[in-house]
Amino acid sequence: MASVTYDHVVKRYTADLTVVKDFNVAIKDKEFMVLVGPSGCGKSTALRMLAGLETITEGQIRIGDRVVNNVAAKDRDIAMVFQSYALYPHMSVYDNMAFPLQMQHMPKAEMDKRVKNASRILGLDNFLKRKPRALSGGQRQRVALGRAIVRSPKVFLLDEPLSNLDAKLRGQTRIELQKLHRDLETTFIYVTHDQVEAMTMGDRIAIMNAGILQQVGTPGDIYDHPANLFVAGFIGTPTMNFVPVTTSDSTAKASGFEVRLPKSVPAGKGTLGFRPEAVTDRAVDGGSSMDMKVDVVERLGSDQFLYGQVGGDSVTARVDPKMKVDPGDTVKLGLDTRNLHLFDAETELALL
Amino acid sequence: MTIASEQIATRAAERRFSPDWLGQGFSKVLLHVVVLGITLVWIVPTLGLLVSSFRPLSAFASSGWWTALSPPFKFTLDNYSGVLGSSNLGGSFFNSFMITIPATVIPVTIAAFAAYAFSWMKFWGRDFLFLALVGLLAVPLQATFVPILKLYVQVGLTPQNVGFVGLWLVHTGYGLPFAIYLLANFFRALPTDLFESAEIDGAGTLTVFFRIVLPLSVPAIASLVIFQFLWIWNDYLVALVYVGSTPEVAPLTVTLAQLVGSLGQGYQLLTAAAFFSMIVPLIVFFSLQRYFVRGILAGSVKG
Repeated sequence: MASVTYDHVVKRYTADLTVVKDFNVAIKDKEFMVLVGPSGCGKSTALRMLAGLETITEGQIRIGDRVVNNVAAKDRDIAMVFQSYALYPHMSVYDNMAFPLQMQHMPKAEMDKRVKNASRILGLDNFLKRKPRALSGGQRQRVALGRAIVRSPKVFLLDEPLSNLDAKLRGQTRIELQKLHRDLETTFIYVTHDQVEAMTMGDRIAIMNAGILQQVGTPGDIYDHPANLFVAGFIGTPTMNFVPVTTSDSTAKASGFEVRLPKSVPAGKGTLGFRPEAVTDRAVDGGSSMDMKVDVVERLGSDQFLYGQVGGDSVTARVDPKMKVDPGDTVKLGLDTRNLHLFDAETELALL
Repeated sequence: MTIASEQIATRAAERRFSPDWLGQGFSKVLLHVVVLGITLVWIVPTLGLLVSSFRPLSAFASSGWWTALSPPFKFTLDNYSGVLGSSNLGGSFFNSFMITIPATVIPVTIAAFAAYAFSWMKFWGRDFLFLALVGLLAVPLQATFVPILKLYVQVGLTPQNVGFVGLWLVHTGYGLPFAIYLLANFFRALPTDLFESAEIDGAGTLTVFFRIVLPLSVPAIASLVIFQFLWIWNDYLVALVYVGSTPEVAPLTVTLAQLVGSLGQGYQLLTAAAFFSMIVPLIVFFSLQRYFVRGILAGSVKG
């Protein structure tokens, strides 16, 4: 159990290939921190530097109070779960889990106790003698977790552990991982490109893009107050609507509608952002309204999404599933202006 | 009939009549014909040798081996008793083992360590060294005889002084480039994650080698062992050049060849001798052949 601090960390491969730029995050003890971003954003590299699999070009990484820059991976007291699980194919499930303990020359009795304990937690009791190839994807994934658990590390590192599972199993495992985190009371650092995993599991989320940390915050915080255009577009499905607007004082004028902003902003150009759920089939008190020419209707049972044009801009709306709409219709929709976002046209930073 | 079983029936019907199936069926037949043809071409001379080995010298000289397959049958064990009766056969048999086993174990062991270094350890000049090594595959064996023999004589590595050691060394040298090349390619195909995981788990370089790389490479190593074993067991040229003049250390191949007199008398013994020397390779091959097949496929196809 320990905190983890990234202090001005840089990873540079060659002079003009920097994959992690000035990365600063303080991860608290027992926190479930998710690093999320599109592929190639440097999130895995950030994790691998912490694991000791990559050298740190500049800056410091601390686990607790200890600077680990020059500490070997095995001495960092961390455990890592790989996307491919990286199970040793020729060893039984038991031996796979016991391997890190054997490397520590742990007494057999203690080792046996720990492996049995981990296999009980993960429901692997009946598979201890099997080889990994005789297990299903979900079971292999649990063996990989077990191999991490037996070490009782200070920090758990998970590198996209769910991406090789099918959708249903992924949903289950998400819940199991959260339980596991609660039971183990250990710091978890979890890397994923899937914003759903980030939103559902993280105590806090760190969003990266092109090697640069964009925002750190709780899932609610990031959803409601994205710091910039990238974060706003990355989190949430369907993605937030972005409409170019011209602002003057406290109104923003788009090609097909106009809204009153909650506070006045400098006059000029910007990008107005609002989530699909802010566009509804009801009129909203104090809100605005728009006419949408519907192109595509998606019915999900619990929700209905309309994709269409408002003036010259594409807009997505989330409306009552009972509403009868067909492609080609023009419908009048209300816009809830309580959760508007406005981004600077140049810097893409949030202005509201 | 349920929908699912109907679908299965339709699919089966499609399979029976589709042009795809015809194409596949045809290529399968073609494949079998080619394989059978090649097998036959390889087997006929061997069969001829086997039949000849049971024929008396007189029949040998006057007619082809296939005539022995029709009556009257005239088979004899004379050739085999002639081979077994020659004086130092037992000694040569022992010598062959004394040469082959170390000359297999030594290069395969060195190659395994070297291949691990070439594939998973970072050191200066690694790629260049590997390239040079692969280049050595192109050096003809025969070109090395004179310089190495000269060196051997200078430093006293002659069979009179050191027995088998000289042969072990040259076979190690000749075998290493291919052995390292084969194993390095195999090791390189092992997933990176395994090594990283082992590193985090606290396994050092040697532990990773012995506990992870070696067990996972059994097919490749087994097939390499077969290659090297067969090559050395059947080797005549290298043994003749380096120890040929010393019967105390000469292997079976050299001794058997000497059964034939300088004027060619007794050449019928060679047929039996060939089969006698084939016993060991056959045992080795059949006991390890399931690895052999997997080893040849290793790296080319996943799983």
